[in-house]
Amino acid sequence: MRYLNEEAIENIAVGAAFLGTGGGGDPYIGKMMALSAIKENGPVQLLSPEEVGNDDFFIPAAMMGAPSVLIEKFPKGDEFVRVFQKLGHYLNKEVKGTFPMEAGGVNSMIPIVVAAQLGLPLIDCDGMGRAFPELQMVTFHLNGVSSTPMAITDEKGNIGIMETIDNKWTERIARVATVEMGASSLVSIYPCTGEQLKKYSVKNIITLSEQIGQIIRSNSEDETIKLRELLEITNGYHLFDGKITDVERNTKGGFNRGCVTLDGLEQYAGENVQVFFQNENLVAQKNGKPIAMTPDLICLVDLETLNPITTESLKYGKRVRVLALPSDPQWRSEKGIETVGPKYFGYDLSYTPLEELVRKEV
Amino acid sequence: MYKVGIDVGGTNTDAVILDEKLNLIHQVKMPTSEDIESGIVSALKKVLEESGINREKVTHAMLGTTQCTNAIVERKKLAKVGVIRLGYPATASVLPYTAWPEEMVTVLSGEYRLAGGGYEYDGQVLSLFSEEEIRGILREWNGEVEAVAVVGVFSSLKNDQELRVAELVKEVMGEEIPVSCSSMIGSVGLIERENATILNSALFKVIAMTSNGFENALKEEGINDAQVFLCQNDGTLMSIDYARKYPILTIACGPTNSIRGASYLAGIKDAMVLDVGGTTSDIGVLTGGFPRESSLAVDVGGVRTNFRMPDIISIGLGGGSIVREVNNEVTIGPDSVGYRITEEALVFGGNTLTTTDIAVRLGVAVVGNPELVAHIDEAFAKQAYAKIAVMTEEAIDKMKTSNNDTTVVLVGGGSIIIPRQLNGVKEIIHNENGAVANAIGASISQISGQYEQIYIYSQISRDEARIDAEERARQQAILAGAKVETIELVEIEEIPLAYHPGNATRLRVKVVGELT
Repeated sequence: MRYLNEEAIENIAVGAAFLGTGGGGDPYIGKMMALSAIKENGPVQLLSPEEVGNDDFFIPAAMMGAPSVLIEKFPKGDEFVRVFQKLGHYLNKEVKGTFPMEAGGVNSMIPIVVAAQLGLPLIDCDGMGRAFPELQMVTFHLNGVSSTPMAITDEKGNIGIMETIDNKWTERIARVATVEMGASSLVSIYPCTGEQLKKYSVKNIITLSEQIGQIIRSNSEDETIKLRELLEITNGYHLFDGKITDVERNTKGGFNRGCVTLDGLEQYAGENVQVFFQNENLVAQKNGKPIAMTPDLICLVDLETLNPITTESLKYGKRVRVLALPSDPQWRSEKGIETVGPKYFGYDLSYTPLEELVRKEV
Repeated sequence: MYKVGIDVGGTNTDAVILDEKLNLIHQVKMPTSEDIESGIVSALKKVLEESGINREKVTHAMLGTTQCTNAIVERKKLAKVGVIRLGYPATASVLPYTAWPEEMVTVLSGEYRLAGGGYEYDGQVLSLFSEEEIRGILREWNGEVEAVAVVGVFSSLKNDQELRVAELVKEVMGEEIPVSCSSMIGSVGLIERENATILNSALFKVIAMTSNGFENALKEEGINDAQVFLCQNDGTLMSIDYARKYPILTIACGPTNSIRGASYLAGIKDAMVLDVGGTTSDIGVLTGGFPRESSLAVDVGGVRTNFRMPDIISIGLGGGSIVREVNNEVTIGPDSVGYRITEEALVFGGNTLTTTDIAVRLGVAVVGNPELVAHIDEAFAKQAYAKIAVMTEEAIDKMKTSNNDTTVVLVGGGSIIIPRQLNGVKEIIHNENGAVANAIGASISQISGQYEQIYIYSQISRDEARIDAEERARQQAILAGAKVETIELVEIEEIPLAYHPGNATRLRVKVVGELT
């Protein structure tokens, strides 16, 4: 058990944006909300999943919708408490804590706001170990936990409770409601017990985010040392350095899809890498051959500062590094690949683990 | 026909005169005065007298000034601002002035209200906009605030509410109260746009003093018929009336002017520009004749804005940087003798070893008295000179977008200290008039117009949207004083909005033209 202070929040915001693999939006607004919340209510208690009771009850809190809307229209501030209490009341259970659904710029911060406002502990785990675009893309889903009953609300005060026949229906219906609510909503979803949390969550993710953020934000002069530390702590690989020479985008099926092309710099000169994304980075190809693919994490970071770059801020001329990290083992199961593998997103690729692809390279 | 360009820097106020073909007729450098205006007056007087041109033939006068930047950094002469944010109940989780430096908020009074209004991403009304509510706020503020800033959620989509608030301010508080509408100032990103709008409101008094001072100085010198402009930080000009409405656009025009001036002197449109001053050197990138813009959120005096800024890096290396030997290693700067170089550097009879002394010792520069540095150990001087090269090379490399060797245009008063052979550099272009590149940049600036909006491509075709945005950008440029037939499109940026069903895209268009 420990407490999260302002410095910790600054670090978590950057680290979670890194694990957000391009999705999850600009961490700035989320960070401002979290900082305001702890300023008002005091620091937030962080518990490891091992410290919670098996029969205790937990609800994650998250925002759903377009990151590009969030930078213009952000929450009122009481939505979190409202939606959280609504679901707790509906379930008729005392809620003992909250945790993030995904590691991402905004959704790593929302549970901190909830925890501060309700005086609840935050549990050091999430349901992805990264960010994914759809509601059924969580480890709880892989293990048969129902996403509903869920509660959904907006800043105006509209609120709904939903029960669905399966988690993909939750995604379909909640997506429509979110668009109607002005393309952003707040959800309490996947209510679960302490035992389920211990078994199915991706553990230690807040601490890992914090450590990653600490490395990226440190003023250590030598970037090669920072990079080495970052790769060590995440078991990651440095795949490429390049300059963005093209960003192709289109909005399809309510998502931000596209492809960014990088021309190699320095030792990668003459080579090119393409990264395909749907909110999050999903497939990276070097000279036409895959070098990393979902569910493994593909992170684009600023060449010099190592600051994570969201897919929305990819811009011609930017110089970036391509890093990749192995995903949580739960995603590499048969059901995991079926849920978030390259085929689900429409790429004609069979999932090959990052480690194997890197070995082939060498 | 002549143009007069003036650049007010931290150390010097430069003035130049160009003829109609943009040939440099004359240049002067004067110390910047405490009150700014008297320095402008004396530089203007001197350049006119020395050149002997007919003052009646001066058709254009341009001023590049750091006054607004300084006012923000020093928190001086700023107006008390009332902020109205339209969109409640949305956005209340992060209030205006969050994360601002406290003393800045105190100076600006920190007054704000969240009111109903604003729009959703698709143009639907977010919450009820009430004129009575706005009137009530304004009545309360009467006599308390000196300027009003208004920002509406998704005002880049629809700004009619913001404009209506501006009318109500005039109605309730009087015609003379300046109002800044966020839709005219920044792009999507409420917090950053709001911050830029507040800063803009805070600068009304400063810009009035500066622009009046400039107009008075011109009048005093008998220049009555010239068109008067202020420089913006994207290498273009705005009319003095436009500047009075959007003073924040003058922020950071100095580095931009030097990049543009360097481009003009070297006669090339794509290069890296190294501007060496007394204390620091700025490095910027010239692409297509204009400075590359920074893609990051930019801090202005500790306030985060999404305001366009030239992408510049500064290093602590200049002609006055102090050279030392520490544990057998040479160190250079970051401290400098600055404008006291003519008293303190060894070659001028002073007691401080500077980079300029090193350059003179090695015979690569000829200023002051070389005998005064003859005693410096040659090996030490070479070591220091090598260090200058490495510092410059590293900074240039950071700004590169490829590992190809680049062309560098070298300008600024301190440029004599820079070695003419650098790793990663194909060619160094140096011009004898490089010392006044800033003022030249000011006088050759063009006029721009910019427009940004979210278009729904399922309701308006992509081509039609582009035409619409370009037309609106043209109108902006014409408003700012551009010659209609010379306006050309220079930039299009399209960002589709995720999750939106109607294929909504944020479209930003920029045009540039010659001034009338």
